[in-house]
Amino acid sequence: MNGIHDMGGMDGFGPIEREADEPVFHEAWEGRVLALTRACGAWGKWNIDKSRFGIEQMPPEDYLRRSYYEKWLWRLEKLLVEADMIAGDEIERRVAELKQGAP
Amino acid sequence: MSEHGHHHRHNAPLSDTALRVKALESLLIEKALVDPAALDAIVESYESKIGPRNGARVVAKAWTDPAYRSRLLTDATAAIAELGYGGLQGEDMVVVENTPSIHNLVVCTLCSCYPLPVLGLPPVWYKSAPYRARAVRDPRGVLREFGLELAEDVEVRVWDSTAELRYLVLPERPAESAGMDEEALATLVSRDAMIGVARVTVPAGAKR
Repeated sequence: MNGIHDMGGMDGFGPIEREADEPVFHEAWEGRVLALTRACGAWGKWNIDKSRFGIEQMPPEDYLRRSYYEKWLWRLEKLLVEADMIAGDEIERRVAELKQGAP
Repeated sequence: MSEHGHHHRHNAPLSDTALRVKALESLLIEKALVDPAALDAIVESYESKIGPRNGARVVAKAWTDPAYRSRLLTDATAAIAELGYGGLQGEDMVVVENTPSIHNLVVCTLCSCYPLPVLGLPPVWYKSAPYRARAVRDPRGVLREFGLELAEDVEVRVWDSTAELRYLVLPERPAESAGMDEEALATLVSRDAMIGVARVTVPAGAKR
């Protein structure tokens, strides 16, 4: 599929930004997203190709704007819903509950 | 400011993304689709066990054991497994060797494919648009940006990783490292050298 993810050879992205002594995860939630993705993947409801295709279906403007693990989160939600492991509105409802119940 | 900043961080409300992740995790735990202890173990393994020290051991062994080097270049997956590394996203490994006339560089233009068992998780720059876009079009320019100037007569080979096939660069052993043992050599080998954006050097005062 020809899409924004196919970045080889594109111009205009500017210099490569590097970070000295970069941590493995910049925020704790990034590690949780990776772990959740691995753990849910172990159920065998999707394979690596379907998983990659998941990210490739992200709208290009989001693909360019979102951080790496934000893309992973978006994909995980999509795969879980497609596999009927969660319902589409469950996350929004739980977010609302957590917001209300937050100390 | 820094003291306050640190104190503040623990009490600050979660960002929208962090809250969303927390919501998803609690939902999946409730449904018994994930085990929180297993999640902790996955995070812990990437933070402290699976990283470029693994790859450095592979490189150092290849530098000191010609038979191993030969096995590594013919069947990398099996040779890497001899040291106990393998599994997820390292199922099919290819090791490419730098020589005085050939320099290898690894990229994943489509996403972030990377040899996890030997290098751990990729740095942000490896996953970034500028690197993915330019490594295949202007590799010499990219290397220059990393401070690596190659002579005109050195051939540059760029390897575009895929979801299944992943590459590790076997860097050139620096001449100044003569006499160093395998363990000391492993300390010289950086993540960047195994991606192909740096050379291995011997810092002044390194143990011989």
